Amino acid sequence: MIRFEPRTNVSSLFAFALPIIAGITALVLAAIPIAAAGGEVFAAYGHIFKGAFGSKFAFSELLARATPLIFTGLAVSVAFRAKLWNIGAEGQLYVGALAAVAIGTGAISAPAYIMIPLIILAGMIAGGTLMLVPTLLKTKLGADEVVTTLLLNFVVLLFVQMMLEGPMKDPMGMGWPQSEPMTSAATLPKMFARMRIHWGLVIALASALIIYIMMKRSVWGFEIRATGENVSAAKHAGIPVTSTFIKVGLISGALAGLAGVSEVAGLKGYLTADISPGFGYTGVVVAMLAGLSPVGVVVAAVFIAAVFVGADSMSRAMGVSSYIADLVVAMSLICVLISSLFVRFKIRFVRPKKTPLVAKGEA
Amino acid sequence: MEYIDILLSANFWAAAIRIATPLIFGVLGALVCERAGVLNLGIEGIFVVGAMCGWMAVWLGAGLWGGILVAALAGAFFGLLHGILTVPLGLSQHVSGLGITMFATSVSYFTYRTALPKVSSPPRIEAFQPLDIPVLSDLPFIGPALFQQTSMTFLALAMVLLVSYVLYRTPLGLAIRAVGDNPSAVEAQGLSVFVLRIGAIMAGSALMALGGAFLTMSAFDAFFFGMINGRGWICIALVVFASWRPGKALLGALLFGAFDAFQIRLQNEVGAVIPSQVFLMIPYLLSIVALVLVARKADYPRALLQPYFRGQR
Repeated sequence: MIRFEPRTNVSSLFAFALPIIAGITALVLAAIPIAAAGGEVFAAYGHIFKGAFGSKFAFSELLARATPLIFTGLAVSVAFRAKLWNIGAEGQLYVGALAAVAIGTGAISAPAYIMIPLIILAGMIAGGTLMLVPTLLKTKLGADEVVTTLLLNFVVLLFVQMMLEGPMKDPMGMGWPQSEPMTSAATLPKMFARMRIHWGLVIALASALIIYIMMKRSVWGFEIRATGENVSAAKHAGIPVTSTFIKVGLISGALAGLAGVSEVAGLKGYLTADISPGFGYTGVVVAMLAGLSPVGVVVAAVFIAAVFVGADSMSRAMGVSSYIADLVVAMSLICVLISSLFVRFKIRFVRPKKTPLVAKGEA
Repeated sequence: MEYIDILLSANFWAAAIRIATPLIFGVLGALVCERAGVLNLGIEGIFVVGAMCGWMAVWLGAGLWGGILVAALAGAFFGLLHGILTVPLGLSQHVSGLGITMFATSVSYFTYRTALPKVSSPPRIEAFQPLDIPVLSDLPFIGPALFQQTSMTFLALAMVLLVSYVLYRTPLGLAIRAVGDNPSAVEAQGLSVFVLRIGAIMAGSALMALGGAFLTMSAFDAFFFGMINGRGWICIALVVFASWRPGKALLGALLFGAFDAFQIRLQNEVGAVIPSQVFLMIPYLLSIVALVLVARKADYPRALLQPYFRGQR
């Protein structure tokens, strides 16, 4: 028989190691589908590792991939901390990108030191406002935010497609549904020549630091954590739960919006309707792997980005479908979820005791 | 008046029922899980699995009903996984469900790509054809509107009857409803909360997978990436709208199908003025509206989202 015994104290090293073990387990489990697809397993891992860390260029690609994941991971982790289930980071990313494009493609012309804060602010406001809708529907009308945020993702994507085929379409785009390019003043500069890594990464790291300080040291952080622990207890303690949810929604949406800004202004230079291959959803995995800690988000985002970049290059080299990356990401989520049991419980294997027959009736 | 013409055409009603069919399966599936106290956000991925496995089985020569069986079993398998994570292990139903959706989706996509590495146009199967029921299908208007559907639509309707019979007329149904409201009372009756909940999740997930299978085996005859497109999430909204009752679930799905079919026809009428995306947004917005309308007075199964550990109150 297996028995769960609640743990009272968890060593921080153990809590820190678990998600890493979970991620590695998911990577190891990927051997099964790789072998099933006829790939040579050890060679495949070699390709994954080389593709992610093998050269300066590969590492730059990896960090460029990690940048949006840091933002969406932070967005999800802040929301989940308060048990506000924001699964809408994907949509918030797109409205953030749309807002950045709306003012960054020539509508306003100003020098970079004005333009860049402006598009960042616009993206944050757009993302935050979008998340405000499901948050208010939850707090005022009791509508489950999981479903509303998920459904809004589809609405937003259609809206972006509509704008890109209509009013925001680039007349010079050869008929492709894409926006006009961002002006050079509204572009986040690249950090190194001939590499795609850009200053969005620095903004992402700064955001992680700010969120870390906010959660640890500020009253807001305390209120957010208390609300997430136990809503009714928080209410009794006089914490304004509704306004905390609204704050969390705004912060979370704004962070996801930043992911969109960083992608259009730092990486792509213009907006298309496929700018995000599910960064919003992957943000959930990043946040869970990070144990909802802002610093952990950075590490987890780098790990997930390595899986994607590495699997891409493995896929090109060996012909194993690149959906293997999504598979590893999904398995990491399930593994880290299971690993959370080990933090909460000691798992003991106990032999079932034989009870004497007489005692049975009394029980 | 073109709008009245739309409502008066048999074709419109046939389309409404066709659009409703996968949702009937999906809402019923979600309903069975939630009645037992477990939210199953794996639904979106289980739709994908059902669509892929059902299609793949037929493509490999299993026959249409063989495909249905394979889809249902695949759905039940992912249901079992969700069940183990959420029932005995008591892990977050939200996160586990999302994990199942991601896992099931990526497994399906990976399998499809591995089996068919380089196909430009997806291979087709001989899908279910509309039935020709003697007398009924030949009735004027009613025939083409209601009785020229495929067997899967009739299967969906049969499932509504079956689920509502089991839930309300059998001891098993009583136990399932009780386990979603008050698991310790069920345990006190000497029944196993684990078995009931996991069984309900597996059955519900099998139903969800049939919804996916309908898309590749009846509505279309091939599998496409991204073809589920949020249908699973819509079902999660509709089940609240249906207040967890099979009859209302059918009604909700049909109402939704009618709106969607109307929207498609409207697109043909005024598509030149209004971008098509506006119409395509309607189903999602409608689901949100449906959810918001009933949210305040929704009577959630009382133990929904609450893990149950033996000997704990």
